[in-house]
Amino acid sequence: MKIEMREIRHGFGDGLLAAARENADIYALSADLAGSLGFDKIKEELPKQYVECGIAEQNMACVASGLAAMGKKPFIGSFSAFNPGRNWEQIRTTIALNDQNVKIVGSHAGFSDSTDGATHQALEDIATTRVIPNLEVYSPADYNEAFALAKYLATTKKPAYIRIMRGEFPKLFPDNYKFAPQKLVYLQKPIGKNRPLVLSTGAITHNVREALEGLNATHIHIPTIKPLNAHDLYEYARDASMIITVEEHQIAGGFGSAIVETFAPHLQIPVHILGVKDQFGESGAYDELLKKHRLDAGSLRDDIARLARTR
Amino acid sequence: MQEVGKLEQHAKNIRKLVILALAHAGSGHTAGSLGLADLLAAIYGDILAKNDKFMLSNGHVAPVQYAALAEFGFIPAKEIQTLREFGSRLQGHPERTKMPEFLATTSGPLGEGLGQAAGMALAAQRDEEQYKRHIYVVAGDGELQEGNLWESAMFASNYNLGNLILYIDRNEIQISGNTENVMKIEPLNEKFESFGWHVQEIDGNNIEAILDTTQMAKNVTDRPSVIICHTIPGKGVEEIEGDYLWHGKAPTAVQAHKWIKELE
Repeated sequence: MKIEMREIRHGFGDGLLAAARENADIYALSADLAGSLGFDKIKEELPKQYVECGIAEQNMACVASGLAAMGKKPFIGSFSAFNPGRNWEQIRTTIALNDQNVKIVGSHAGFSDSTDGATHQALEDIATTRVIPNLEVYSPADYNEAFALAKYLATTKKPAYIRIMRGEFPKLFPDNYKFAPQKLVYLQKPIGKNRPLVLSTGAITHNVREALEGLNATHIHIPTIKPLNAHDLYEYARDASMIITVEEHQIAGGFGSAIVETFAPHLQIPVHILGVKDQFGESGAYDELLKKHRLDAGSLRDDIARLARTR
Repeated sequence: MQEVGKLEQHAKNIRKLVILALAHAGSGHTAGSLGLADLLAAIYGDILAKNDKFMLSNGHVAPVQYAALAEFGFIPAKEIQTLREFGSRLQGHPERTKMPEFLATTSGPLGEGLGQAAGMALAAQRDEEQYKRHIYVVAGDGELQEGNLWESAMFASNYNLGNLILYIDRNEIQISGNTENVMKIEPLNEKFESFGWHVQEIDGNNIEAILDTTQMAKNVTDRPSVIICHTIPGKGVEEIEGDYLWHGKAPTAVQAHKWIKELE
């Protein structure tokens, strides 16, 4: 059976376009990357709702804050390495602290901008955004989820960071999927109790799914990293032998850390964070990079199976 | 147009409130706040129209904005004494959410206000009949060392934001001394001209000049305007005028008492 492959960033861009067609207050801004972000259709079809900021991410964040102050709903986009990389402080001050409804779209996250090399591979963005108060953090796994997320965020009033990827990923969610905020996406059920609970976020979910085929474990994809749905998650965690988190991101401070923070006071089970071990990326093919950092399906399968056997 | 004399009186009162606030707080930025009293009197007393927006990009001079709000009756005069206190609306640097009715934004980290003002101006431009409202922003001169601000300057002229007016508080001081000894920013007027702005330069402590040039700036509708305001840091308190050491220092109660008396 052929699996449909589509770009997550186009999903977000298309969802944003759909929302922008219905609401003239929705604006898209980019730092000379409209095409790469999937914002080009908005630029063409709704020019009054697109603002080209040139290669100036700090100003882009400030301009968006100003637009939001006037009742607009701006979405600012660039590569994650620069947005929220370059403009982290502007986001913190003019958007989060200032409480303005700006959505920060960081594309080409993780290793997905693979041939560009380390400078363009954001492996720290979940950590740097979730530590800012009043800033939500999302990470969708496929085109349909990204589309739905864009449409959902077009209706919300709080600042948020959305981490999306370059490249095609398998279709996971149905067409016309409706994003449910904080809903845990339950992908695999265990047989019996006391099995590992595997949590993943964003595009790496696909590799985790493949890795877990035939392994007795629970698998949940969590697109809403912040605010984390600790309450529902607890129901799955309490019967687990361990928690294993997987992210295309540094181990330090990211998705796995959020899980540890949440459950450490309440559970006695180990939490294993699978991710990048404090290294930068490099140029290469996407799967070569994932393999090097043991985030390909094969390595994940071996590592998860080995961890599962420890309890 | 309000009588210039009346505005000068307001400026004097603003200075007294600034001194009072800073003395109570025990910390804060005296020189810039005093130097801008005339501009803030003109802004709140005359220039600001109903739908206009005003903000400080150099948020550290918050005391002068709070003082202007008190002087013009937006907040109770007594509240000025709560500057920087725990639980006060008057945060050390302006925070919009603490006083959303009177503050257009949150500022303090330098270089960020112009971009926000530009965003507001752009929204107004795209939304409404052009230039029905004006967006006013003040920036410090040391602040012009922040690259972010120049990105915003480039953006503003790129988008022909004729409804955007920037006042530079050219008081020539910053924490470490005279701006030209720390990191040269001159020639400022040429820099802004080359960025496509309409440029004017005035004595920033002269209210009539402030009003006249603001009107000229409003008449320029195809480009953003900057008014370089040469102010004396610490203006109104002779013993500290021009002294960069008063950039980030607050007066003691004794000094405050003396200065307020001298202003009377």
